[in-house]
Order: sequence, then C-alpha cells, then structure tokens
Amino acid sequence: MASSLTVNNIDGGYGSVRVLHDLSITVDFGETVVLLGSNGNGKSTLLKCITGLIKPDRGEIILNVDGEKTDLVGKTPEEVVTAGISMVPEGRRLFPALTVEENLYLGAYRKFARKKISENLDFVYEIFPRLKERRNQLAGSMSGGEQQMVAVARGIMSDPTILLVDEPSVGLAPNLVSHMIGKIRELKEKKNLTVLMAEQNFNQAIKIADRGYIIVHGEIEFTAASADELANNEMIKQYYLGV
Amino acid sequence: MKLNKFWFIIAAVFLIGIAFTMVADNEFYFYATYAVMQLMIMGIAWNILGGFTGYVNFGSGGFFAAGAYTTVFLHRAFDAPPLLIAVLVAPMVCGLIGLGVGYFTLRLKGVYFAIATLAVAIILETIVVNWEFVGGAGGYYLLIPENVVFFDSYIEWLFVLILAITLIAIIVSRYLNSSKIGQGLAAIRDDELAAESMGVPTLKLKLISTTVMGGLMGAAGAPFPYFITFVEPVSAFNLLVAVMAIAVPMIGGTASWIGPVIGGLLLGTIQETVTVNISSELNLLIVGVVLVGFISLAPQGITGLYQDFMRKRRKGND
Repeated sequence: MASSLTVNNIDGGYGSVRVLHDLSITVDFGETVVLLGSNGNGKSTLLKCITGLIKPDRGEIILNVDGEKTDLVGKTPEEVVTAGISMVPEGRRLFPALTVEENLYLGAYRKFARKKISENLDFVYEIFPRLKERRNQLAGSMSGGEQQMVAVARGIMSDPTILLVDEPSVGLAPNLVSHMIGKIRELKEKKNLTVLMAEQNFNQAIKIADRGYIIVHGEIEFTAASADELANNEMIKQYYLGV
Repeated sequence: MKLNKFWFIIAAVFLIGIAFTMVADNEFYFYATYAVMQLMIMGIAWNILGGFTGYVNFGSGGFFAAGAYTTVFLHRAFDAPPLLIAVLVAPMVCGLIGLGVGYFTLRLKGVYFAIATLAVAIILETIVVNWEFVGGAGGYYLLIPENVVFFDSYIEWLFVLILAITLIAIIVSRYLNSSKIGQGLAAIRDDELAAESMGVPTLKLKLISTTVMGGLMGAAGAPFPYFITFVEPVSAFNLLVAVMAIAVPMIGGTASWIGPVIGGLLLGTIQETVTVNISSELNLLIVGVVLVGFISLAPQGITGLYQDFMRKRRKGND
C-alpha cells in the first residue's frame, strides 16, 4: 500500500490558545520527513492533529492510500489508527504497570492489527532482541532506552503504513539516540513505512531525513528539499547553534 | 484447565448455598451472609470503574439506592410483582443511569471526577426525597410475601438470590478483567492519552465500565428493600455505602477481579462478627482501622501482598 499525507492550511491549538497558524506540509510515500523546531513551536500539536487527538479549527489533513483520499479532520484517534497511521508519543508514554508484551499487545488493539499480531510481534522482537529477553518485565521498571524501544515497537504493532515519531531522543543518552534513530531507519526500510518525525536533535535527525521542515511559532519557516539543504541552512545555525 | 476450575467452583458454591438453605435452621446465618455478599457485589462493581479503569467514584452509593428504589417503584406501580422482576429491571435502569452519567462526567479526571460522581448521588437522593410516589422523605414500607415457593422462609430465597447475583458479578468482573476489554481498561488506567493514540476506543470502554458498574450496583440494591422491609432516602443514599464499596477492593486489591471477592469476604465477615459480638458502632471503627492499616502497610491489598510473596519466593528459588 502506498500511503502519503498532505496537511493543508491548518489552524489548531488547545481551547482558545492557537498554536498552529495556516500550516501545510506533505509527506510522500516512502519518505522520511523531519519536523525540526525547539520546544513549544507546535511539532507535537501538529502530530496530535494528524492522529485526531486534537481537532484543528480549520484546514484539511488528507490521507492518500493508493489514490483513495480521505480527510482525517474530525476522525477519532481509533479511526486514524485503523486508517494505518501510528504514533510513537513523546516521552514514550508506556503503560508502566503492564509487562513489555502486554504493552505490545495494546499496540495491536484494533481488529485489523490483531490478525497480524504474531507476525508483527516476531518482527519487533527480531529488530529489538532485548525486548524479547525482557518481555515479562514491567515496562515501568526498564531503562529509558529500553522504554523507547517498547514505545517504537508498540507503534509498529498496529501495522501502520505511516509512522509518526514524536521526539524519540527525549531523555536518552547520546549513543542511545544514535541507536534509536538507526532502528527507525531499519524499521522503515523493512516495513516500507513512510515516516514523519518531530525532533529537536538536529544532528541525529538529518542522518535519516530525506527532507524536512523547520517550524517556528506554529508556522513553517523553511522547507528543505533535501538533507543537505537542512544541514547548510543559516536559520538552523541561528536557532540551534546560537551563532 | 484453569477455566474449568473456575466454573466448577462457581457451580459448587451455588449448589452448596442451596444445600445450606435445606440444612440450616437459624435465620441469622442467612441475614449475615446476605450482608457479606451485598458488600462483595458493591466492591466488585466499584472496582470495575475504580480499580480496572482507574476512575475513583464516590457516587456508587447512589446507584445502589437507585436499584433499591427501582424495586420500590415497581412494588408500588404494579402491586408487588415478584422480586425477580425487580432484580432484572434494576440493573438495566441503573446501567442506563451509569451510561448517562458516564457520558457527562468522563471528560473529568482524578479528583474532579470523584466530586462529580458525589454530586450525582446527591441529585438522585434529592429526586427521591421529593418523589412522593416512592415514599418521599418519609420512606416506604414493604411487606414481604407470606408464601414462598420451594424455600422455608423468605430470607432463604433472598439469600439464594443474592448468591446468584454475586456469582454473576464475579463472572462479569472476571470476564472484563481478562478479556481484550480488560487490557484496554488497564491501558486507560495507566496512561489514557497513550491508550488513545494506540487506537484503544477509550470513550466506549469507559462507558462500558460505568454502565457495568451502575448495573451491578443496581443489582446489589434491588433486593435490599425486601431485606430490610423499609427504605428511606437518608440511609439508602448514605455516603457510608460508597465508602464501604471503596474499602472492599482497597483491602482485597484493585488490579484483579479476585481482589474485591477476598476483600468483601474479609471485611464483611469482620463486620458481621463485630456487630453481633461487640457493637454496631464499634464495627464502623474497625472498618476504619482495617482500611487505614491496609492503605499504609499494604497499598496493593491482599492480592498485592500475595504477588510480592510469590515474586520473592521465585527469586529465592533461582
């Protein structure tokens, strides 16, 4: 299935606080697109709009699956997951009192994912052998890096075509960030995923990015057509490196 | 194997209960065990919303009273129909109330939800106090039927009825706990936003949870007017009912279906023993002491203690 995502001119936020202003992005099939921006600029809000956790005030979010277009605005999170979009939330948000395997099963809560549950479970255990060793351990008792593995694996369990990843580097040691980013690339290649990743860690993010956007105060400030364009951008130096 | 064992125990308990009515003469035993089982059902019901789903609810007493008043209403409106009808109707009425209340309050979280449920109980009480048809503030007397089919006395019939309701409550609670629904509820309890992004239909599951909670509370309340033969709003809607319903799973353990069963047996038995042997005032004090003891020493309840024990033993063996 070839899925792509187009966000057209959305305004959105929390109650009367408007975070996103007339924001548009596209993610084409098979791409890894990064959303760069520091805290509080609307990266997570945009991902929440796509997954249906927040309803945008205006605009459309078009999911295109093999030419069949649906507007995701107004859809519930369950419907969005069923449509093939899965999110790895910021800060992992595991179910700490459940075991690793129970967390993974919850990733496959929707009916269509249940059918492929054993296949996907084997797949994520192959990618993250550590999780197989620890499958009966409570998720809350694991290290930050292992918890992030569970969060990403749980996202894969819903058998998505588009994977949204919200700040996979939060709270991880630098070598683990590098490992995690590498795993996301591996998952993407093996599962033919389309990936939209929000990140603050610029240096790690551009390692796997095909293209990217820089988001500042809820607006797209810069659209980069390639990873090189991102790497050589003046604005990035200004926002990230303070030079 | 495990499944068969469960159903075997359920069937055995029911048959032993029926055999008990054939053998025992002293009616006190039926009154006492009735009270224990009523408490157990309330604990099981509260635990479905409070324990499995993580929504602490102070209004469960309101659903219990609504069940009792459904019976009163049917008694008055249809000239004392058989109690079995009330026992079937009350859970539906209370389940519907649960569904409606859930729809309006489940957006709230934590302490706000708890306060809202308390308010629901007060609203229900106010309605009953001002509703003359069911006796209003003065209460309503019910005469228990003189002729009882099959059993020696009416309390024996009530005993078998509440036993059946208890076993059904256990079956429902166990099903919710161990099925896919139970996984979803546990996810809501642990992290509702994460559950939602995983595609768990949170609103639907929470509504199932409140509906079942209301229905079981109503089922516990339905035979109550026949049990005490006089119902009035202040005691039926007493906050104590809600507190007892919370105490049972707190003592037994909230995470699994077996917790409130153990808690109900333990707390109910202590209460009945103390009420008879010492005094009914002291009984309340003892509930308080037991509850404080458990919260400070074993916050996961008896099932939590058992799990800790098993974990330590397993470690010892390795």
